[in-house]
Amino acid sequence: MARTSDWLGLKQELAPRRRLLLTVLSFLAPLAVWCLVSYVPWLWHPLVHVTDPGEVEFFSEGMELPRADFEMGNADALKIGLAPGAGHRVNPVYLPAPHEVAKAFYTAFRTEPRLPNEPWLHESLGRSIRVIFWGFLISSLVGVPLGILCGAYRLVSRLQEPFIEFFRYLPAPAFGALCVAVLGINDAPKIAIIVIGTFSQQVLVISNTVRKVDPSLIEAAETLGARGFKLLRRVILPASISDIYTDMRILLGWAWTYLIVAEVIGTMSGITFFINQQARYRNFDNVYAAIAMIGIIGFATDLILAWIGQRLFAWKRAARTTGRSGLGGRFLEWVRREPEGPVLKSAEPTLP
Amino acid sequence: MTTAPASPDAYLRKSPEVVARFQRLYQRPVLLQLRGLRKTFLSNGSEQVVFDDVSMDVHRREFLTVIGPSGCGKSTLIRIVAGLDDASGGEVLLDGRPVDSPGPDRGVVFQGYTLFPWLTVKRNVMFGLEMRGKGSALAEEVARSWLDMVGLAKFENSYPHELSGGMKQRVAIARALANEPRVLIMDEPFGALDAQTRSRMQGHLLQIWKKVDVTILFITHDLDEAIHLSDRILVLGVNPGGIREIIENPVPRPRTAAQSHSPEFLALRARLDALIHAPAAGDEEEGEDKLPMARMTMAGDDVE
Repeated sequence: MARTSDWLGLKQELAPRRRLLLTVLSFLAPLAVWCLVSYVPWLWHPLVHVTDPGEVEFFSEGMELPRADFEMGNADALKIGLAPGAGHRVNPVYLPAPHEVAKAFYTAFRTEPRLPNEPWLHESLGRSIRVIFWGFLISSLVGVPLGILCGAYRLVSRLQEPFIEFFRYLPAPAFGALCVAVLGINDAPKIAIIVIGTFSQQVLVISNTVRKVDPSLIEAAETLGARGFKLLRRVILPASISDIYTDMRILLGWAWTYLIVAEVIGTMSGITFFINQQARYRNFDNVYAAIAMIGIIGFATDLILAWIGQRLFAWKRAARTTGRSGLGGRFLEWVRREPEGPVLKSAEPTLP
Repeated sequence: MTTAPASPDAYLRKSPEVVARFQRLYQRPVLLQLRGLRKTFLSNGSEQVVFDDVSMDVHRREFLTVIGPSGCGKSTLIRIVAGLDDASGGEVLLDGRPVDSPGPDRGVVFQGYTLFPWLTVKRNVMFGLEMRGKGSALAEEVARSWLDMVGLAKFENSYPHELSGGMKQRVAIARALANEPRVLIMDEPFGALDAQTRSRMQGHLLQIWKKVDVTILFITHDLDEAIHLSDRILVLGVNPGGIREIIENPVPRPRTAAQSHSPEFLALRARLDALIHAPAAGDEEEGEDKLPMARMTMAGDDVE
């Protein structure tokens, strides 16, 4: 029986309903802060939007100026008998209210590019996703097999990992100019940056995961006659594949962070181009919407991958969940799942 | 309380039937030979000897248990036989051929079950057969018959995490035996089970051993279990590490639970207790049964 009194969840997992409630709260709390700052007029709102300039010389209708300047202008005007201006407090243009950003989710897609050769938002997003996809795919095609080999065989590990460990510290953006020189100014150097950023982490994280395979399982397989490559294919791989899958989900998240770097290389492109362009036009609602879209795409991808993972590795799920159906049920299941292991696992040996 | 055996040598007395059994056993060919096995390890730059000069012959279809105090290297010894560890000296011969790596002729059942969690029970049992290149149809048939033999036919499509500890260990035994090993090596296989399950598993194991052509090397720290199962008992010691004694078990077969009060059983038990728990030179754990504690309760508030 689950004890209902343990609200902190120090010793045991919280009841499912509470977990769901807290998950929703974790999203609502920052949103609430944003709403307060946006809609409560006496909270922050450091500027004054002038609605009626009165007879103050430097006021004009629609201008926004710091409150102190506004009050000083009015005070000066009153001293010499001029009519003061009127206005109301507003936030700076770079902090749009939630409803404006919500609207921008729709309007950003309808905003026609100012120049005829500029991409629409959906084109920018598509290009970003394409860059991520190819970068992550190319990195994985080499990184995953190499990581598995490093984890399984100490020879490969010793031969590869020291250099990769060194390479990991070279920041991917530092290769930007080089990539452009070698690969031109289109998507190729951008994909290369994602590969450079992802690859070394991928090899090291996956080899660490593979090294964590319970050595007694390998010993058991050996006593049953498994040898060499069969040992890798029939024991080491299946024993670690679900953890490798989890690693890949986390690594994909990292690839997204490299995207923004990659997109400023050569000609600025994709979602970064859109964000920069909109910021230049001071359409900050569009900027926030675009940033949020990256988060939503990443989060949704992870949800989908988690769901696929639960299907693929049913044996791993143990008898924990009862199997839910429907999108809401899947979401609940995701919310309720045990936290995944830490990203960077220590390399301590598991042998006694 | 049962009466203690009259003489410390009582465990050497055997009924004529038991003597005849041992004669038959020794006429069987020698299957496994340990020749001057030695294991050392480096500690702070100096060489520590775990055991030295361990030599004995194990006959075909013998049930040998290995016991000894902690640190005597009994697990290391059978890991060497299994080919999972290297000896520092000496050799192990199976059917006259030296052992240097793990192989399907020596099945191992570990204390921690070590079933493959991603495979169903049936696929676990099929694993060794597939590794040896048997076709999957044949492997499946063999696996089914073994699961039948250990009473788990109904669970062939379950995953290991769905089974209890005793059931897992039965699958592990079936998996090892499906490979038809010459020797079945068991490293405290029932150590993690509760007392009831353990005694049931001991019964299962004896039944299997009777029906299958297999020699068993069984490690345990449970002296009663050692007596209940074995033909001979190899007692290892520490300081110096090595063979203390190889004892012929005087308890007649077939074994029953009731025998644990028989004079032979008690005599052997007394001998094993003396061997295992005798204070050895440099043994620091001994003599510390009395803790140097001051009294922290009121006078008269006694519990004993």
